[in-house]
Amino acid sequence: MSDNNWFYVCDVEEMPHNGGVTVKYGEEQIALFYFTHRNEWYASQNLCPHKQQMALSRGMIGSQNGEPKVACPFHKKTFSLKTGVCLNSDECDSLKTYPVKVEEGKVFIGVDPSWN
Amino acid sequence: MDRENKTIRSFEGLEMQYDYLVFATGSSAFVPPIPGSDKNGVFVYRTIEDLNMIWRHAPSAKSAVVIGGGLLGLEAAKACLDLGIKETHVIEFAPRLMPRQIDEAGSDILVQKLAELNITTHTNKNTAAILGNETIKGLFFTDGTILNTDMLVISAGIKPRDELARSCRLTVGPRGGIVVNDEMRTNDEHIFAIGECALHNSMIYGLVAPGYEMADVVATQLAGDQKQFPGFDMSTKLKLIGVDVASFGDPFINGTEANSIVIQDKHKGVYKRINFTKDGKRLLGGVLVGDADDYNMLLQICKNNLVLPPDPTGLIVKGGDAGMDAGAGVVALPDDALICSCEGVTKLDICNAINEKGCETFDDIKKCTKATTGCGGCAPMVKDILEHTLKQQGKLVRKVLCEHFEYSRQELYDLIKLKDLRNFDNVVDTLGHGDGCEVCRPVVSSIIASLWNELIVTKQNATSQDSNDRFLANLQKGGTYSVVPRIPGGEITPDGLLVIAQVAKKYGLYTKITGGQRIDLFGAHVSDLPAIWEELIAAGFESGHAYGKALRTVKSCVGSTWCRFGLQDSVSYAIRIEERYRGLRAPHKIKSAVSGCIRECAEAQSKDFGIIATEKGWNLYVCGNGGSKPQHALLFATDLDSETCIKYIDRFLMFYIKTADPLTRTATWLNKMEGGIDYLRNVVIHDSLGIAEELEAEMQTLVNNYQCEWKNVVESPELRSKFNHFINAPKEKDPAVKFENMRGQIKAAAW
Repeated sequence: MSDNNWFYVCDVEEMPHNGGVTVKYGEEQIALFYFTHRNEWYASQNLCPHKQQMALSRGMIGSQNGEPKVACPFHKKTFSLKTGVCLNSDECDSLKTYPVKVEEGKVFIGVDPSWN
Repeated sequence: MDRENKTIRSFEGLEMQYDYLVFATGSSAFVPPIPGSDKNGVFVYRTIEDLNMIWRHAPSAKSAVVIGGGLLGLEAAKACLDLGIKETHVIEFAPRLMPRQIDEAGSDILVQKLAELNITTHTNKNTAAILGNETIKGLFFTDGTILNTDMLVISAGIKPRDELARSCRLTVGPRGGIVVNDEMRTNDEHIFAIGECALHNSMIYGLVAPGYEMADVVATQLAGDQKQFPGFDMSTKLKLIGVDVASFGDPFINGTEANSIVIQDKHKGVYKRINFTKDGKRLLGGVLVGDADDYNMLLQICKNNLVLPPDPTGLIVKGGDAGMDAGAGVVALPDDALICSCEGVTKLDICNAINEKGCETFDDIKKCTKATTGCGGCAPMVKDILEHTLKQQGKLVRKVLCEHFEYSRQELYDLIKLKDLRNFDNVVDTLGHGDGCEVCRPVVSSIIASLWNELIVTKQNATSQDSNDRFLANLQKGGTYSVVPRIPGGEITPDGLLVIAQVAKKYGLYTKITGGQRIDLFGAHVSDLPAIWEELIAAGFESGHAYGKALRTVKSCVGSTWCRFGLQDSVSYAIRIEERYRGLRAPHKIKSAVSGCIRECAEAQSKDFGIIATEKGWNLYVCGNGGSKPQHALLFATDLDSETCIKYIDRFLMFYIKTADPLTRTATWLNKMEGGIDYLRNVVIHDSLGIAEELEAEMQTLVNNYQCEWKNVVESPELRSKFNHFINAPKEKDPAVKFENMRGQIKAAAW
């Protein structure tokens, strides 16, 4: 993880429970999820690869056989929050995922500097 | 092959050691030892090369003869016909066609059908020689007759390829085939034989399915387990020259061991025979020619040793009374009954697909279990099982919500109420397992909303609402939202219109009149929503709940206040109704309308509940909808006064909210209800369940608890802060939102 640039997003209290928010990172939009029920954090691209909608942060999260997932609010394509793989379509591309860490009540997302 | 040293050497000199050896050498076409079978124009019917040769020869042939009246022989005869050969004959050594599968009477029907196609059948005919010099000219039979022809196709069965086995002294049968025991072992315990080269219990199985089974038996043993080949059921159903032919169990048994029922209809070309035990209790086998619709059921009865009805004739007579009601047969089948033999799918597999995996349609089952994807012959049985299993579930077709809850919506509703649960995590921890998903979250949220009518965006419930509910607006293409203020009964003042116009202009929104007599404002950024609503609310508007599975609109015609035909004041009544049920959360959206007379300008009969004025009061219609499957509402009660009408609607809606499955409109709910509209009328009007008072009280609580969700949000800085696109850049709008222009307004960019 040392290769990542960690950038500060928000405080834990600002986050909705069991849901996502959109994070601005330069020109990119990242969906950040606080899965309170599992006490887990996830981040992925906000763009749904199905119909190119900036919408995943508004999707409902849940689990499928224990695998945490998010469902796009537009057409309910679901993606693993861990791997980004689309769980209900073979044709849909996978999501880019990002590491998340929480330190002293502050939430950080890790981005690979070589992407920029 | 060197069995002592367990080695084999190939033609090219490759040598290999083996621990176990498997013969899977197959078979070739059997050609009877008839002099002249090497002449031009004589073919076998076996490989694609054979067919290519037949195909090339056919144009020069005026007539064709097929030796062999079995399955392939008849197919070959039909192929000759299809190749344009006018005169085709079938020669069979036995006294009937398909001697292994059907009896003489069944064969007669086939002969008749063949004759209609211009194919002549000769049974009891033994070919002595093939005439001609280099090319075939005709056939000479042992009875002294001659049949002239210029093409012969031999389809007289198969010959196991056992030459190598013979040469290394493995035991072979008197008419060929490597002898194997139930473990598929030859007389050398290290050597197996499977498929069409293997002779098991004096039988060569010329079908693919037993071949697979044999391979499985050998593979299982090689892997260290035990498995035996018990023989294979050769029951079969096929379509031959356009005629259904089936046989199952023991088709021929009779005399001292069995009785038979035979139905023969030469006019229709149908022959059916079933054989059963002398006591009439068990089915032993049978033959079906011309109509094999009953095959699957008969096969299952036979294989599973089911008790026959008192008069078994009903099993093979259409419309006959078998003493079993339709489909009862599938109920009697044991769980391990093999329904789809191509894919090895049992009855239990199909029932599980329906009960546990949520399959509700034939296609679901096909996808889930692969049943019917092979030959498709089991399709009627699968449909029967589906129908019966769904019927068993009664109204609760989707018994289980999803992997997280083993309850129906109705059960969950009662449990959540009983345990006084008010947010999703409590519900899933108390009543379910796992973390929930996009299926159960909105259902639970809707139940919580229906039960308590509390503000849905608080108590951490916001993220479990449908995407539309989370931001109290309808998510539209491109990621913006649309805003619909409530316009009860479709009545709006000019000042009201002005406010909507000003808001739309200020926030750059597209405006359109909806089908429910209100105005929809499209293209709002999520961060503009609170400001937009602040202005609307200040002007006296409130949320229209267009985003919710809730009461939408109560449409009205102008009624007796202006219309010269109007019998009652439909607008006032529509406003009263809409204001009573506004914000009411339900399993699906609810629409209503009030018409001032029977001309029905408000289209009340297409609504979940609709009201039409009469001279004496109101007629109430229920359970209609438009949408993809339009359904007219049914007349529920007539000439009601305004109070009684509302009382009935209270009970009706509450009963719907409490008992319907998720995302089920009232029409579908009624369609699935046992007893239908009469039952519903008994519950709502005659209080047959004794719950009317309770339903009314529950509705009154919801009515009393109503609050405008948007008013709450606008007045709470904390809730307002949730309406931002970026958490770390609250002022910025979504830069991905793009609009195009159309007819002077905006529209969302195409997908």
